[in-house]
Amino acid sequence: MADVSRDEIREGLSDILEEVAGVNPDDVADGKSFTDDLDVDSLAMVEVVVAAEEKFGVKIPDDEVANLKTVGDAVSYIEKG
Amino acid sequence: MTEVVVTGLGATTPLGGDVASTWESLTAGKSGVGPLTQEWAAELPVRIAAQLAVEPSEVLPRVRLRRLDRSEQIALIAAKEAWDDAGIGDELDRERLGVVFGSGIGGATTLLDQDDILEEKGARRVSPFTVPMLMPNGPAAVVGLEFHAKAGVHAPTSACATSAEAISWAADMIRVGRADVVIAGGAEAVIAPLPIAGFASMKAMSTRNDDPQRASRPWDQDRDGFVMGEGGGSLILERRDRAEARGARIYAVVAGSGLTSDGYDIVQPDPDCAGGARAMQAAIKQAGIDPKEIGHVNAHATSTPVGDMAEVKGIKRVIGDHVVLAGTKSMTGHLLGGAGAVESIATIMAIVDGIIPPTINLDNPDPLLDLDVAANEARKVDLTAAMNTAFGFGGHNAAILFTKA
Repeated sequence: MADVSRDEIREGLSDILEEVAGVNPDDVADGKSFTDDLDVDSLAMVEVVVAAEEKFGVKIPDDEVANLKTVGDAVSYIEKG
Repeated sequence: MTEVVVTGLGATTPLGGDVASTWESLTAGKSGVGPLTQEWAAELPVRIAAQLAVEPSEVLPRVRLRRLDRSEQIALIAAKEAWDDAGIGDELDRERLGVVFGSGIGGATTLLDQDDILEEKGARRVSPFTVPMLMPNGPAAVVGLEFHAKAGVHAPTSACATSAEAISWAADMIRVGRADVVIAGGAEAVIAPLPIAGFASMKAMSTRNDDPQRASRPWDQDRDGFVMGEGGGSLILERRDRAEARGARIYAVVAGSGLTSDGYDIVQPDPDCAGGARAMQAAIKQAGIDPKEIGHVNAHATSTPVGDMAEVKGIKRVIGDHVVLAGTKSMTGHLLGGAGAVESIATIMAIVDGIIPPTINLDNPDPLLDLDVAANEARKVDLTAAMNTAFGFGGHNAAILFTKA
């Protein structure tokens, strides 16, 4: 995903978080934890992951999802593609 | 015995998004039935239904909507109105708060929608909220979570008797001392091709597609089946001494309830209404009143050829020929699992306001109809006691007897 910047990924992720979990886009930043800061529980996270896969054309295996604790983790994973 | 009273009411129906607008339309004789203009309905034998007057999306936040089946959305909207109406606050120990909330069919539309996703896009795309959305205890669980009920959350499932049965269970919960306040009710939302096709295959539904508002016509000679509706209702039941101590508005007393089963047929009603009559008798016995005091029955009366007249026989035998009937499904359509709660609310409002709602489309009464019905126009009557009956596929019978507060 070299042609997409971190900012663009974060913005796309923010849209998804707002759509499926009602997260305020102003709250989305690299250091924010999905569960502790953004109130995205495990079921909502499943929806976020599926939507992110679709949007960014990447594959995020289930055992990888556990490692994506913050927005920054997810942005980095998607950036690597 | 512990007395149980009703201190809050809530509803969202084809006639209105709350109790006030629903009751106003009921007493005015308005029909909530209309054509199904959705593309999927075009090839169905039945193309009419009573859809919600106010879409849940106008009331609930978007993310909340995504995670709830439509039946759960309806349950939540109705329960919230009832809760606010009752004015119960933080002083209630949540270990003394129960919920009995049912659905006849449950999250069938979620099941169908997610099955489409499974077929088209694969298992990974199936929503992680699928199970909590389709489980039949979903509406009860959602209501229980919303108000942090910890005395027990129960979900009766007895087809079209469901939410009348819920009121009975809720009253029992209070009578046996398991709770001081119970949120009771039921919700249904299955206006979708498969449920309609299924009921239509049974020849249970009206096919008066060219005249929707006249399709639901309980006790009329030209009735040809029920009209499916969606919606739900909720009642806050409370121990009388508690309600009085906090100065609550008491709508009515849940004086008695009866639940029986036919042991006769999976879908056909007992032609003599033996089981229904026993439910009415049980409610009267529990209330300890003279049947002559019951001035009104909001009857199950779905507008099917067999069921309507069987019920009349039962009512006449148990209560007598002085009673005035209402078939409010003529206006709301048949709310299935939501019917008993919404019709119990109508029964209570009839007592409170002294108005029996009309049964519309009763133009040519069935010659076997030998009880009084407020045909086509509401009737003012002072009521001290009134009953709601509800019967469901499977031979479930429920009768709830309310008396003036």
